[in-house]
Amino acid sequence: MMKKRTDLKTIILGIILIAVLAVISVGLEGVAKNVKGLSIMMAVMKKGTVYALLAVSMNLLNGFTGLFSLGQAGFMLVGAYTYAILSIPVAKRAGVYQYYDGGIVNFSVPEIFSGFLGDTLGPVIGMLLTLLICGLLAAVLGWLIGLPALRLKSDYLAIATLGFAEIMRTFIQYEAFAPLTNGSNTLRQYPTFKHLYPYVIVVGLCILFIVLLVNSTYGRAFKAIRDDEIAAEAMGIDLAKHKMLAFVTSSFFAGLGGGLMAMYMSSVQAKGFTSAMTYEILLMVVIGGIGSISGSIIAAFLFIGCSEWWLRFLDDSANNIAGMKLLAPGFRMVVFSVVIMIIVLFFRRGLMGDKELPDLFRRKGKKRGKEVVGE
Amino acid sequence: MSKNVLRIDNVTMQFGGVVAVDNLNLEINEGEIVALIGPNGAGKTTAFNVVTGVYQPTNGAVWFNDEKIIENHPRGKMKKMYKGECAGAYTKTIAPTPDKITKKGMARTFQNIRLWKSQTVFDNVLIAKHCRAHSNLFSAAFRLNWKEEAKQREEVLELLKIVGLEDVKDELATSLPYGKQRRLEIARALAAEPTLLLLDEPAAGMNPQETDELTAFIGEIRDRFNLTIFLIEHHMNLVMGISDRIYVLDFGKLIAEGTPAEIQNNQRVIDAYLGVAEDA
Amino acid sequence: MADIFQACLNSLLPGISVGGQYALIALGYTMVYGILRLINFAHGDIFTVAGFVMFYAVTAMPVYLAIPFTIVITVLLGFSVERLAYKPLRSAPRMSVMISAIGVSYLLQNLMWYLTGGQPQQYPVIPWISDNIQVFGMETKRVTVITPILTFVLVILLVTLIKKTRIGMAMRAASRDFETARLMGIKINSVISVTFVIGSFLAAVGSFLFFSNYSTVSPTVGTMPGLKAFVAAVFGGIGSIPGAVVGGFLIGICENIIRALGYSTFSDAFTFALLILVLCLKPTGLFGEKMEEKV
Repeated sequence: MMKKRTDLKTIILGIILIAVLAVISVGLEGVAKNVKGLSIMMAVMKKGTVYALLAVSMNLLNGFTGLFSLGQAGFMLVGAYTYAILSIPVAKRAGVYQYYDGGIVNFSVPEIFSGFLGDTLGPVIGMLLTLLICGLLAAVLGWLIGLPALRLKSDYLAIATLGFAEIMRTFIQYEAFAPLTNGSNTLRQYPTFKHLYPYVIVVGLCILFIVLLVNSTYGRAFKAIRDDEIAAEAMGIDLAKHKMLAFVTSSFFAGLGGGLMAMYMSSVQAKGFTSAMTYEILLMVVIGGIGSISGSIIAAFLFIGCSEWWLRFLDDSANNIAGMKLLAPGFRMVVFSVVIMIIVLFFRRGLMGDKELPDLFRRKGKKRGKEVVGE
Repeated sequence: MSKNVLRIDNVTMQFGGVVAVDNLNLEINEGEIVALIGPNGAGKTTAFNVVTGVYQPTNGAVWFNDEKIIENHPRGKMKKMYKGECAGAYTKTIAPTPDKITKKGMARTFQNIRLWKSQTVFDNVLIAKHCRAHSNLFSAAFRLNWKEEAKQREEVLELLKIVGLEDVKDELATSLPYGKQRRLEIARALAAEPTLLLLDEPAAGMNPQETDELTAFIGEIRDRFNLTIFLIEHHMNLVMGISDRIYVLDFGKLIAEGTPAEIQNNQRVIDAYLGVAEDA
Repeated sequence: MADIFQACLNSLLPGISVGGQYALIALGYTMVYGILRLINFAHGDIFTVAGFVMFYAVTAMPVYLAIPFTIVITVLLGFSVERLAYKPLRSAPRMSVMISAIGVSYLLQNLMWYLTGGQPQQYPVIPWISDNIQVFGMETKRVTVITPILTFVLVILLVTLIKKTRIGMAMRAASRDFETARLMGIKINSVISVTFVIGSFLAAVGSFLFFSNYSTVSPTVGTMPGLKAFVAAVFGGIGSIPGAVVGGFLIGICENIIRALGYSTFSDAFTFALLILVLCLKPTGLFGEKMEEKV
């Protein structure tokens, strides 16, 4: 009985938190509009929000299930392309697919919905549904890849998934599929969320689902597999099934995140989705703490903030002091990667270890309890 | 005669040239406590691993509650070697993964403790309940399974009370002292709701007093949960005090079988443990 | 008939050449993996650094000095990467070390971008090996022919080193059982350093050969050959030296045949498809040893 109450509390608190964050983001947007130099903040917030979901979905796999997969960029690529292909307005297709007679897809999901739900609600529903399709397609692909790849152990799995991501990139750029994917040309002019709050709401709901999943009986089974596969199997946990569940769920959110990323970037091109992108997300997971969802979220914002905003002055040679030539384009990323290496080497547990934000507040009470017991 | 719970039928397990278990035949009846003993390297743990599905036997079959759960027959070159012993007896290959066998009602502990290190005592036991849960990913994530979950939590709490780990339920499993970790492993195996419990050296590393407590404890859980228990052990006090019957393995071969009294006076067993005079 | 022979030769010879370059890089991966069980993601970037060092070295010194200079710098880099980024994590879980390797790769790429301005640079022409020659009536650079020969010579030297010398024995012991080797008094840190030194040396040699063919250097140019060399190492059975060599040549040749057939888009994808196929059929590669966890 008690359990039911705490669970409902998590769900309700999560939804309230998302609502509050959405309101805050509307407020922030208003402030940013009126203050000079803060427009970059909105871009960072949007990108950070999208990356938070990508990092959390990777953490579900690498941190909670112990499957070291490096296929994130591949699933994001599929999500981003799915979103773009399904939502470019019909009228603009001729321009986008200029070399391929407007491509072979002759509909746009958001437009279909605006047809019978009106021009205000319709496109939004259509875009959300397209995002869902992005996730589902990535999940199906995840399932197909998981069939052979999940039989592999640690590093081999990492390399195989990395390989799959590269293969996907090649296929999307392949000339024969160009009427669908526009080959190696960019896809653009599709509808996007203009404001920050829809990103916050979509990402918030996705992360809430992952939080609930991780704390459910399935999440505990995932952690058991991470801690000791042999014991987990001996205790009746079907390894193949649970690894697949984790892999497919992670792929789903990576695909959905890819769709959001397409929106944020407002144009997509396959050649950007390299393994370097996967590495960046992995580094976010590590900085935040492997096995901590709140850590991944914080790290995503810090990572994007540092690389896009706060360290920007390092790139500007005008900021050099007294004739030194240190500051130049690219220096920002050098400083940034040195910071990352320091974290990787000396703060191996990341910002949060495997703790979550609420745990930090709870710890005080616990400590006092422990002293009484005399441990 | 009571019901046959486990029957090991002509099981041979070969690793390359090494025959770890050689044509083992063994039966365990309902409610019995049966011990498998033998010198180090005799193939006891290998036999356990075959029964629980970790290894696929080179030859032979395992029956659990009158259902054939594991079966294999040698192919090719190996077939020639086994022709005399298994001609026609085994035709199919049944090789379930360990989790399938656990779901059928068999649970085990490990010789070198394998607890989930980052989990609390409570969660270690609760995770073992996962295989008895009926929820799917979505119903679990959206907490539609809260009734089942609450019931499982209560059962786990009950179980921890029985094994005497209730007061440390929120500690990390690895922070427990050795003896308690062993108990936790047993509790975890019990949480999977087995009818047959396999204990792989449950008293390893325990002092005499702890061993006596464990002996009593094993008898207690047998009665409380209506279990059949199959155990590997080196502590002869425990084995002789608790077992209904004993099987003795040496170099993979079964060399003796009987009640504790019979085994204690069996010359072959004494030879196996102490060495035959000519060898010495 | 002569045409087909010519066509085969046209793709086979560059295939063997690229294969030799992959093999040289793959050796660095496979040796490190054999001992540390670590995929050294930074190896491809060390290879790229060698390319850049050569590019800058020839502007300051004659080629015959630039080559040894490049080798020394590359070896020093490999050595210090190990000391700074991997040694502190010796007792950490394998995943942390792998992440550290990814971090080093990220750092090296960003550093190269900063120092070079991110522009692709024209690789210097190394006299003699870049000369054009005729092989079976085909116009090619001399490097194409030298690569496989040099690869074989280096591999034979390497195998001799591992089989006959004390340090080689220590390396074999460490790759068989790291902990026991340490307990038996083998100075594990120097064994590992030597491994990285040899790996970086081979990467430097590989970079001379590769860039003489490829001719431009940019900060991320090493990623693909690095990954392919790694695939070669896995293909041959990671940890196995002959495996890495065979894997390197196989992948180089296959890739060039696919290009010759007109599917050059798929040459990268093919490599990975091959990898996945091998991993699924024979998870430890062609020559790899099977390892099982004891229950």
